[in-house]
Amino acid sequence: MKFTLSWLKDHLATDATLDEIIEALTMIGLEVEEVDDRTQYQPFTIAKVVSAEQHPDADRLRVLKVDRGDGKLVQVVCGAPNARTGLIGAFAGPGTYIPGIDVTLSVGNIRGVESHGMMCSERELNMSDEHDGIIDLDEDAPVGTSFAQYAGLNDPVIEIGITPNRPDALGVAGIARDLEAYGIGKVKPLSVNQPNAEFACPVDVKLEFDGESLCPAFGLRYVKGVKNQSSPKWMQQRLLAIGLRPISALVDITNYVTFDLGRPLHVFDADKVAGDLVVRRARSGEQVTALDGKTYKLNPENCVISDDDGVESLAGVIGGEASGCSDDTVNVLVESALWEPLNIARTGRDLSIITDARYRFERGVDPLFMQPGLDHATDLVIKLCGGTASEAVIAGSIPASQFTVDFPVSEVKRLTGIDISASQITDILNRLGFDNDGAGDIVNVKVPSWRPDVEGKADLVEEVMRIHGVNNIDPLPLPSLDSVGKKILTTGQLRVQRAQRSLASRGMLEAVTWSFISRNQAEHFGGGSNQLALANPISADMSDMRPSLLPNLMAAAGRNADRGNSDVALFEVGGIFQNDEPSGQKRCAAGIRRGTAGLVGAGRNWQFNAGSVGVFDAKADALAVLEACGMDGSKVQIISGGPDWYHPGRSGTIQLGPKLILATFGEIHPLTLEAMDVNGPMCGFEVWLDSIPEPRKKATRTKPPLEISSLQAVHRDFSFVIDQDIQAASLVRTISGSDKKLIRNVQIFDLFEGASLGAGKKSIAVEVTLQPVNKTLTDEEIDSVSARIIHNVEKSTGGTLRR
Amino acid sequence: MSDIETLEKEILASIENAGDEAVLENIRVASLGKKGSISAKMKTLGQMTPEQRKQAGPALNGLKTRITEEIASRKIVLGHAAIAERLKSEAVDVTLPTRTSPALAGRIHPITQVKDEITAIFADMGFSVAEGPEIETDYYNFTALNFPEGHPAREMHDTFFFNEKEDGTTRLLRTHTSPVQIRTMEVQEPPIRIVIPGKTYRCDSDATHSPMFHQLEGLVIDKTTNIANLKWVLEEFCKTFFEVDQLGMRFRPSFFPFTEPSLELDIQCERSGNEVRFGEGDDWMEILGCGMVHPNVLRGSRLDPDIYQGFAWGIGIDRLAMLKYGMPDLRAFFDADIRWLSHYGFRPLDLPTLFGGLSA
Repeated sequence: MKFTLSWLKDHLATDATLDEIIEALTMIGLEVEEVDDRTQYQPFTIAKVVSAEQHPDADRLRVLKVDRGDGKLVQVVCGAPNARTGLIGAFAGPGTYIPGIDVTLSVGNIRGVESHGMMCSERELNMSDEHDGIIDLDEDAPVGTSFAQYAGLNDPVIEIGITPNRPDALGVAGIARDLEAYGIGKVKPLSVNQPNAEFACPVDVKLEFDGESLCPAFGLRYVKGVKNQSSPKWMQQRLLAIGLRPISALVDITNYVTFDLGRPLHVFDADKVAGDLVVRRARSGEQVTALDGKTYKLNPENCVISDDDGVESLAGVIGGEASGCSDDTVNVLVESALWEPLNIARTGRDLSIITDARYRFERGVDPLFMQPGLDHATDLVIKLCGGTASEAVIAGSIPASQFTVDFPVSEVKRLTGIDISASQITDILNRLGFDNDGAGDIVNVKVPSWRPDVEGKADLVEEVMRIHGVNNIDPLPLPSLDSVGKKILTTGQLRVQRAQRSLASRGMLEAVTWSFISRNQAEHFGGGSNQLALANPISADMSDMRPSLLPNLMAAAGRNADRGNSDVALFEVGGIFQNDEPSGQKRCAAGIRRGTAGLVGAGRNWQFNAGSVGVFDAKADALAVLEACGMDGSKVQIISGGPDWYHPGRSGTIQLGPKLILATFGEIHPLTLEAMDVNGPMCGFEVWLDSIPEPRKKATRTKPPLEISSLQAVHRDFSFVIDQDIQAASLVRTISGSDKKLIRNVQIFDLFEGASLGAGKKSIAVEVTLQPVNKTLTDEEIDSVSARIIHNVEKSTGGTLRR
Repeated sequence: MSDIETLEKEILASIENAGDEAVLENIRVASLGKKGSISAKMKTLGQMTPEQRKQAGPALNGLKTRITEEIASRKIVLGHAAIAERLKSEAVDVTLPTRTSPALAGRIHPITQVKDEITAIFADMGFSVAEGPEIETDYYNFTALNFPEGHPAREMHDTFFFNEKEDGTTRLLRTHTSPVQIRTMEVQEPPIRIVIPGKTYRCDSDATHSPMFHQLEGLVIDKTTNIANLKWVLEEFCKTFFEVDQLGMRFRPSFFPFTEPSLELDIQCERSGNEVRFGEGDDWMEILGCGMVHPNVLRGSRLDPDIYQGFAWGIGIDRLAMLKYGMPDLRAFFDADIRWLSHYGFRPLDLPTLFGGLSA
């Protein structure tokens, strides 16, 4: 909502400065978004062209001698076709910033002739689009004085943001009312001239609705014998200042009243209206070509004003082109009506039409001002365009009942802490137009017709608060809870934090990527169901909720590689989506490593060059997350293979039984890399943080006692040749099971695969640690355990001791 | 000079001249070994007369002892020299670089760090952390928050919708973290003090708007809390978060469907380039919206608004991060450019605490 300072002062008698007004507006909830004090127009002077001669070297240019009022002539080269001797216009000297072309003038030399300034067009001054010639003022324009003052360009423009609850502030008069209540100035009451009704309105209005009416009331006056011309300069200047283009007096009046009083209007060319007006729902398939030149297809959800020829106007949103006013208009119909706000909002939204009328009607106009608005507009038409008015036709009825609230004044203190008297409270309300009955603890407050937003006690508290001043409320500490702070994070929240910190401490960089990915990617990673596809995605590659964190991380690795950073280790901890229920969103930690970005660092180094990342890098990352989240890594099962996007022979699944999968890891499948359009080598993992079992609640924080044996542990190495498909884990399990009491640890320290072992064979070397319990082991006891180990390995894996 | 003295001189001279332990060992063998010169002299003792022996015995034994000691001490000197020689040959160029520790190379995203900072502050004021789903129903995102059907305030939210379901309902991506207010009030009896950090979505994209962003919601419900408390909580939060002693703040009346009265908070700042300084300057920057929970919202959660009251606020986490740490463009937050992450990210061990200073 824009207006100028002088416009505001039409409605408010005040000596307050611009700064005081701006501060006050913001503090009462009408936030000032921008102020244009228009100092940029100060340098422009009214000047007269004393002579205009043909440029010696350019057909289209003239050399002007310009008088700025001081008698000294300035030479200006000008290309405007209307530059002529005697013209009075707006002059800008060197050093002046020309806003319309974003140029600061300097002394120029145009084809050999010096130019010491310019005579400006309206477009160059941002006054309008007019650029056919330079500004051509009346003969009596005072040469040598400020052009800005003459043209009304010195009037500061204020733009405020209006929250959706304040339709009353969508007119300058309403803003003045709020300022007065706050203590800035005195409102100048609007006196509406009742036009002389000289004849009965020849056009009748019918409201035709089956069931719910979309038009509570509709007012109409006929004005005959008007002359549509330009609106007066002051009106044009104000409209220009707030960014509206003056068109003609009839159109400008409707725009002006919309912004002046918050009352949208429509004016029909009466001679283009056939028969009476019928307000009704549109019929399916009906069309209207609106004033914006576009044709809209309508349906019964839209409310229209029609005549014998069909739809003439889209009610409350935009007028029709066919019955619009032109320079030749002689007779007009002035409309002022009430519309159903939700219907206006829906029509505007469905048809994508944004107009000042829709903006006001969907927020709610003052119903009691419908008829005064009609009279005021009619009066303005007669004043500016002449003509005589008919009686008003009012169809429907203006809602009469006034909304009241029983207001315990103690609510102000209860909700805001503001401690003021009941009379101070009612005084503030009265100044805003809320009348009250009775005094005492509970007063009956009548809500004014222009405040559709006020529906209860809390709204009245807000009114009192904003006028009393929010900054007059002293902060009050929140009562302290009577204990030391307790643990406040849930297990899930702590897991997120620990996963993040542990992965970052493994040299990975934390990314936060979009929750959406393309449909193809979603399908590739096990998602892509319809319920997780957006109906209005921002782009095709952000269309589906991600079923996995990996695709975005892989794509990010690709982008980084394109920028020359091919070794990246990225992770993300965030939500993935299995379905659209709250339980379908899972906390997940995932990461990828690309190139040589392993745990110890990437790339070349004089000590050692990092090798390509692989499945064991991803496995270590996944286990690190699980351990950080409280999962004992020795308690999990690790089995071969994982989802399709991993290398089938170089991937694994970490689980607690087949139904409780905690994580997957592996090298990325070449076809997945291809689908994602990235290059390997790349490995990745995903951990489902919610799947990790809750830790058991412990009664005490005491750790179990430390048991240290005084007896020396014994270490023995074995090397077994086994079949390639025997897993290391089963070998270790077999060895450990050979003597559960004595064998404390089995450590694999070598893996050898070579032709010398025979086809399909590998050799695994282990160090077995035996921890005696009661007494030192004898050689016989050690030999017996060793024999058992060898025997068990032979029996369960077919492996043999390598000699 | 006797033979013995001559021999001693010879041996001592050779010990003195021995350049390494091997030569010294040869000297030892040549003098004290079975066939050594001293041993040979010792063997002559048997053929001597008692008188001769009485004189030569001690002299020879003394010689043997002195030479033994001399060899031992020379051996230590030579041993040390040999170690020094070896160490000298082992010297390296210690200016050669080591690899960076992974714990120093890794980074925490600024959003995570700021979330942890916020958690630390509100934990101190007795708040817990609540969460909720990002895919929401119309009820939780709008209706329960007092957004009337078809109201312009709904439209201002630029909502992402999912395709209509078979039962005719439509899910959406939450446009704010406020639905979690409702979900919390449905299951928790007052008093309630929670903060709700989380992802939110609006279909809007430019330098300052991103289709996904992060919000922090706060909710306090009890029987006494009012705007004065709200002002205190948010002022304390802002001062602590921005780590300044004084911060110019300005609350302005505003509008949100789910609060009444509603306010917005501006903070005073001085902007130059990417840097924003707080507590000085004459610029006001809007940072959050807040207000008393609307009676309709309380009623919808089966709380009597004449008994229970409280406030809520919502603030952009990404925006807080940008203001405090100076990132110029919101979109870069979600691009995973490792240059950006390394520069603006935080070290994993820098977990923010109040006792250690949030960003110390």
